[in-house]
Amino acid sequence: MNIITTDNLTKKYNNLIAVDNVSFSVLKGEIFGFLGPNGAGKTTTIKMLTTLLNPTKGSANIIDFDIIKNRDKVRKNIGVVFQEPALDTELTGGENLDYHARMYAISRDKRKERINAVLKLVDLEDKIDIIVKNYSGGMKRRLEISRGLMHYPNVLFLDEPTLGLDAQTRRAIWNYVKKMNKEEGTTIFLTTHYMDEADYLCDRVGIIDRGKILVIDTIENLKNSIGNDVITLTCSNINSLENRLEKEKWIFNIKKHDSKLTLGVEKGDEKIPLIIEISQSEKIRIKSISVRKPTLDDVFLHFTGRTIREDEKKINVETQSRFRMRGGRR
Amino acid sequence: MKATEIQAIYVMWLRQMKRFIRSKSRLVSSIVQPLFFLFILGSGFRVAIFEGVGDYLSFLAPGIIAMAILFSSMFTGISVLWDKQFGFLQEVLVAPISRISIIIGRTLGGATVALIQGSIILLISLALGVQISGAIGLIFTLLFMVLIAFTAVGFGLVIASKMEDFQGFQLIMSLVVMPLLFLSSAFFPVTSNPTMKSIAMFNPLFYMVDGLRGSLIIGVETVNSPLFNLIIVIFICIFMMSIGSYLFSKMES
Repeated sequence: MNIITTDNLTKKYNNLIAVDNVSFSVLKGEIFGFLGPNGAGKTTTIKMLTTLLNPTKGSANIIDFDIIKNRDKVRKNIGVVFQEPALDTELTGGENLDYHARMYAISRDKRKERINAVLKLVDLEDKIDIIVKNYSGGMKRRLEISRGLMHYPNVLFLDEPTLGLDAQTRRAIWNYVKKMNKEEGTTIFLTTHYMDEADYLCDRVGIIDRGKILVIDTIENLKNSIGNDVITLTCSNINSLENRLEKEKWIFNIKKHDSKLTLGVEKGDEKIPLIIEISQSEKIRIKSISVRKPTLDDVFLHFTGRTIREDEKKINVETQSRFRMRGGRR
Repeated sequence: MKATEIQAIYVMWLRQMKRFIRSKSRLVSSIVQPLFFLFILGSGFRVAIFEGVGDYLSFLAPGIIAMAILFSSMFTGISVLWDKQFGFLQEVLVAPISRISIIIGRTLGGATVALIQGSIILLISLALGVQISGAIGLIFTLLFMVLIAFTAVGFGLVIASKMEDFQGFQLIMSLVVMPLLFLSSAFFPVTSNPTMKSIAMFNPLFYMVDGLRGSLIIGVETVNSPLFNLIIVIFICIFMMSIGSYLFSKMES
């Protein structure tokens, strides 16, 4: 059963198309991820789905409620954890949750019970009376996630849930997300630009770039679609080797990138000698060669023609300074 | 009105109160600053004799009360900008409550805080020997205080909806609010100078200060009768709150 469906959802800002005719659906109970570089349109999509922005064109439904015509119904059924922290730092953790529950019309007895339950889920029970400005970055994030769950939402939106957190905390957050997906049966829609995050958490992933969805599938299928094994090599005359290898039928796909060739093949270890033979006959010297299982990075490279890290290098400087200005999350 | 909306208004109000009580520096400065004005201006100008002004401290006290309420309520309106910058606004906007409830709750919260501050200054003025009028006068005073608070929250909302950051706020304070306050007869009468008096007629703050003074203080000369001022201030208040709520409801996070 579909819990989110969008139909040609589009958002334009003046001349910039942030989200371009995006159509997809999310199944009930799954963890669905939007994977894409910064500025791909992930946050804009979430803002439209959570009724904070009006789409320029197209429509979307959440459990049969239209995001424009039936806003209040949509709002009741979703929980949102925004990319920027959205807590009142002058209040205690418990108060933040309590006020949230009141806005969603949860009765007094239920409120208490639920606050304890969600805090337990993220291991913050003993921090209930501490003012949020004294929380660490990871604790704030956990509190926000628990707040998103307060009103038993059918869908929980997580916008870059582990942005700016250290490795250990990220791992912990992932486990909380998995746990609530399992224990509460909450459908989760998340966005991320971390490959490992999408790989670890998501049942299905949509790769989004420049406002367009390039592909949607399970992680398994995505990886298989580019071959069972991936061979990466560097060599002396990369262009001629690429031209030569393109004639070989057993290579599913070839991508040249960063003076490296990436080949998708079946049974990679048996293909290495073949490649070396071919290159020797062409008088091309191979400098390095390796075989490995495909990762989401390879999938992303295959569909966008570049790695997500390159984008990041460009944007990182900007984002970091923005976070510093906001006082950061750390 | 649905129970959810009342609950939402209550939450918004409660949040303002909690924040106010916990922020010791705001509590202290919001009371100390008007007191400085009251004491320093009061003792400094007491020797000067303004035409048509009896006891200067009694003249000044309503002006200072109006100023304290004005600043405090404006701050509440502008703090929307704060919530916007720190993301909390999104949390409120994505909840299944109407924006009107958010505005009402916030306005009531801001007005309550401002009234507490205004009342403290009123009590201190009493202790300093300011002569105030009876029960009807006090009811009028309270009305004016509430209306000033609402108007100023509305004005703060207008600024917060139209501005992206806090830089513009300083500009508005020094180019708009301070001149209006000085020309409102809060600190000295504007009647002695004809130019100033005609400018005052277009100054919303003038009607508030003049009305508050006329209701609160016994035997003081005001330009308009409190009732006349009250009617004008009600119109200003409705106007300002409407624009403020309209702009806020159009605001995208």
